[in-house]
This record gives sequence, C-alpha cells and structure tokens, in this order.
Amino acid sequence: MKYRPLFLSISTIVIIVGILSILKWGLKIGIDFKGGTLIEYRLQNGEKKVERYGQLGDVQIEKIRSDYKAQGATEERLETVGPTIGPELVKKTIYGLAISTSLILLWIAYQFKSIKFGISATVATLHDAIVVIGMYSILGHFFGAEIDFLFVTALLTIISFSVHDTIVVYDRIRELQKKSDEDLKTLANMALSETMVRSINNSFTIIFMLAALILLGGETTKWFASALLIGTISGTYSSPFVAVPILVTWDEIQKKLKNRA
Amino acid sequence: MVFEADTTNIPTDRRQSALEGVRNVIERRVNLFGVSEPTVQTSEFQGKNRIIIELPGLDSTKDAINLIGQTAQLIFMEEKIIPATKGASPSATLVSTNLTGADLKNASVQFDSQTGKPAISLQFTDEGGKKFEDITGRNVGKPVLIVLDNTLLSQPVVSEKIIGGNAQISGNFSIDEAKKLSIQLNAGALPVPVKLVQETTVGATLGTESIRQSVLAGLVGILSVMIFMILSYGKLGLVADIGLFIFGVITLSLYKLIPVTLTLPGIAGFMLSIGMAVDSNILIFERFKEEKLIRSIPNALETSFGRAWDSIRDANIATLVTCFILWNPLDWSILPSSGPVRGFAITLALGIAISLFTGIFVSRNLLRVFIKERRSDTNIRIAHE
Repeated sequence: MKYRPLFLSISTIVIIVGILSILKWGLKIGIDFKGGTLIEYRLQNGEKKVERYGQLGDVQIEKIRSDYKAQGATEERLETVGPTIGPELVKKTIYGLAISTSLILLWIAYQFKSIKFGISATVATLHDAIVVIGMYSILGHFFGAEIDFLFVTALLTIISFSVHDTIVVYDRIRELQKKSDEDLKTLANMALSETMVRSINNSFTIIFMLAALILLGGETTKWFASALLIGTISGTYSSPFVAVPILVTWDEIQKKLKNRA
Repeated sequence: MVFEADTTNIPTDRRQSALEGVRNVIERRVNLFGVSEPTVQTSEFQGKNRIIIELPGLDSTKDAINLIGQTAQLIFMEEKIIPATKGASPSATLVSTNLTGADLKNASVQFDSQTGKPAISLQFTDEGGKKFEDITGRNVGKPVLIVLDNTLLSQPVVSEKIIGGNAQISGNFSIDEAKKLSIQLNAGALPVPVKLVQETTVGATLGTESIRQSVLAGLVGILSVMIFMILSYGKLGLVADIGLFIFGVITLSLYKLIPVTLTLPGIAGFMLSIGMAVDSNILIFERFKEEKLIRSIPNALETSFGRAWDSIRDANIATLVTCFILWNPLDWSILPSSGPVRGFAITLALGIAISLFTGIFVSRNLLRVFIKERRSDTNIRIAHE
C-alpha cells in the first residue's frame, strides 16, 4: 500500500501513452465496422494475399475475382460489409459494454454490501479496457492490428476476467473483515499478500494458453489472442494496484469526512 | 449474408407480418439450394429490419444473392381454352391474368360462417377488386390458380362472380394450413424489397486450416498448463490435471451433443474456460497451503474448499453475466447477435458451468480419496512398527 502513488502513476503513464497513440494515429478500424470488402487469396506459389477495398459494386468484385482466378489463385475468404452495418455495430457494442459493466457493478456492490467495492472494481475494469484499446492503437500503427468484431469479444472477455481477479481479492478482504477490526488499509494489505501467488499463478496459466494461440494459432485469432494477452496482464495488475488502492483511498477520505462532521 | 428489408411503405402495424412473410419466402428459396442446415433469422435494429441468412457449404454466393434478393412474385392464373383446330381437339392451357400480388391488400384466416371451418379471406384493392370481378366472371365453375414464385399455392374453384373486392377461399384446411397460406399470400401481397447489406464467405480450406492450427495451439496450451500445475503444486497439481482432463472430455462431448459448431472464437472461448477452470483449482490449493499450517490435512482440505467457493462463485457469476450479454439468447435487438461472438459466449458459458462441477466436485472427491488412502497407509505402517 505504501507504493500506492507509484502504481497509480504507472497506470496513468500507460493510459496516457495509449490515449496519445489513439489521438495521433487513431485506431485501425476493420471492415466489420467501416464497411468495405476484404478478399483473401492463396496464390499458386502457396503465398497468401489479403486485399482490402472500400465499398465495391458487384461488378467490381466479380472483376477482381476473375482476375485472380486467371492467375490460378484460389479464394479463401470474401467479406463484404455494407455501409449501414458499421455505425450500427458500434452502437450495439457500446450498449453491450455498458450493460455488462453496470450489471457487474451492481452484482459486486450487492455481494460486498457496499457501492465502494462495486465502483472501484469497475474503475479497474475500465482501466484495463482503456489500456487494451490504447495498446491496440499502437499495435495497429506498427503491425496492422485491426479493430474488428473479435476485438470487441476480447474486450468483453477482458472485462470479465479483470472483475474475476478483483473479486478474489475483495473476497479475501471481506473474509478478513469478519475476523478482525483492523482498518481497511491493513486488511487490504493482508488480503493482497495472501492472494498474490494465486493471482500470478492463475495469470500464468491463462498466459500459457494465449501464448500458444498467438504462436501457433491461425492468422484470424492472432490479434484476438494478443488483445486478450494485454488484457490479462493489465487485468492481473489492476486488481491489486488499481482497484484496491482506489477502494482504500475512498475509505480513508470517507473516514476523514466523517471525523470532521 | 444479411439482407435489409425496406418496410417504409408498409404500415407499422403490418410490418411484423410482412417480415414474417418475407422470411417464409426466403426460407423456401433457400431450401432450393439444398445445403445442409441453412439458417434464416430476422432481426430488428432501430427500425431497420434485417434478415440474416447462413448457407454453409455453398460455393457461389452470387446465384443465392440473386434468387434471395428477388421480391416475391404472386400471380393469379386462369385456364384458357384453345378452340379446336384442324387435327387437334380443344385443349386448355394456363395463362397469367393481369391480377398480381400488388392488387391484393390483405389475406387473413377466417372461419366459414356456415361450415365453421377455417377459410382464407382475401381483400383486394379497388383496382384489384375490379380485375378480380372480371376474372371470376369469366371463370365461374373453373379454377383460378394462385402462384407464388412459380409454386402453386392454391387453386380454388370460382363459385360465382365476385363483386366488391372481398373473396373467400374455403376448403378442407386445418387452421395451420390456412395460416400458412395466408402468410404466403401476404408475402406476395406485400412486395417488400430486400437488399444485400453484408456478405461474408469463408473458404472451406481457410476454415479447416485455422481450426487445425487452433486445435494444435489448444493442445500445446493445455499441456503447458498441466506441467505448470504439477511443478507448482506437486501431487495436488496432478489431481487438478485429472479434473482438467475430465473437464475437457465433458465439454467436448457436450459440444457434440448440443451441437456447438466450433468456430475460431468458439475455440478461444473454450481455451479461456480452461484457464478459468484451472483458476478454481489454484484458488483452492493456495488456500489449502495456508489452512494446512493451522489444521489437520483432511480438515484443511474441507475448509479450503468451503472458503474458496465464495470467491469462485462470485467471480464466475460475473463472467457468466458477460457471457449472457454476448450470447444474447433472447435476441434483444439492442445487443450484438452475430454468430462468432455468440459462439464465443456459448463455449465460455458452458466451460464455466462445467468447470464449477469438475473444479469443485471432481477434484474434491479425488482429493478426499487420496488423503484417506494415505492415512490408512500410515496407519498400517504404525501398526507394523
């Protein structure tokens, strides 16, 4: 707990770098959201070629297809998304995020009988979401990672993983509260050191799975797994170093106000 | 493929039945392709009506799009007698009349006031009523054929000339048949134009190749998790691995039973659920390490399972909430309902449910047996000494 300012500033720096990257380079939006056509071909020499186009008419698509066919290439994937789908998806996604986050907030607040727990866990979760989006913007700029439907899935998974991790720590705090009258700061410290090994071991197992997916999995899942990996690391970090410090700080301020009153 | 239906010309109260009609027509057209397990779904978002069609195993989407994209064609046909000519006796042939679906205002199911049997009542527009009057006038005692997309729907025999644009088709219909016929008639009556807004084709080779890669990645991932568990927790880790193995077998057989189509996001969901299944075990074992210091081993085991359960439950419920939103089982139109995201949610939710069972029930009982045997082992040794 004494390193609270240090951890909070690490988070702030990562988030600021992410936001700067978003502002400077923006996000590379895939055709799921932007609309357009993506065609993937396997050329005769076994090489893969992925082409992206804006909005195309049927005739244009047919022309591209016959051109490739003439070269003896086989079509592996063709995706066309109309211009109306994009904004609609963005909207639906934001609704999805908002609903699941608020439901989780309510659930934690109910389980731990305090809105403090719910909100601090949610802040940690948002922290992770922002970190992932920011890092993804950097990955997008340098390696061409695109924001697509899978990325949204990854984001939602990260949210639930982060909450999962935070709940384990909170649960330990709740248990210690029943046994002792110490203030929240001391209890939080105890809970953190007791759950640390578990937290790290658990993240290792998930990281193993994801690393395997990145190294060996197909092209389509590579970026999906990368997003999950960033999220897992951030999620593991945010429970002890974001959620709990916020909880403790909030508790301290609340007590000070009470004393003054 | 996602089509958007343009329902702007249709009064709000009839949109639902109009869409239902369109869906029926499309379903019938889709069945012409003979692919296995085609799905046709309707979805609505912000007043836009969508029809989502999945056709697995179809090579060319172009024909499909053309055929599906057509507006339903409802026509009325009549018999025309070709007068006898030299060498041929008089014969009858079918010709289209000038009456089409555009002239039909509405079709609904009614009950015949005399027989009490279900019948279909037709309401024509003013113009359609006049055309219908002419046609029925010409064809008393003869059938008039109602044809939708070149399929004969019904061939009622005209009993009298019908004036005023309201007609009734009676016959030996069951209620279901009458309903179906009225929906089909409405589909033809309401020419709802549909246009393609999204198309996704995934080549079969890409699918199998990425799935093969992902399965390999999954196996390597599981193996490293298993080794990690044994390295960190020794014999306890071995028990967790057995639990994990059982988890894998149950999950995969459920995928087969339900059935869950394994897409890439689906496999990712499965792998993530393995991570979470292992987490239940890690939580318990870490707890066990602590409790072992202050209690006897069997007692510590029971306590750690009990204590860890609270956090396992709370954490997994939070994940299930997210799964529910992603799965969107009630098809709420404000949430995404796309196939891959749904596949991910389904495999993750199933994984969590099963891991609660294997992580708690299977591992716990294995450990109980394990500890009992060790204890009786020591007892015997003591007896010998």
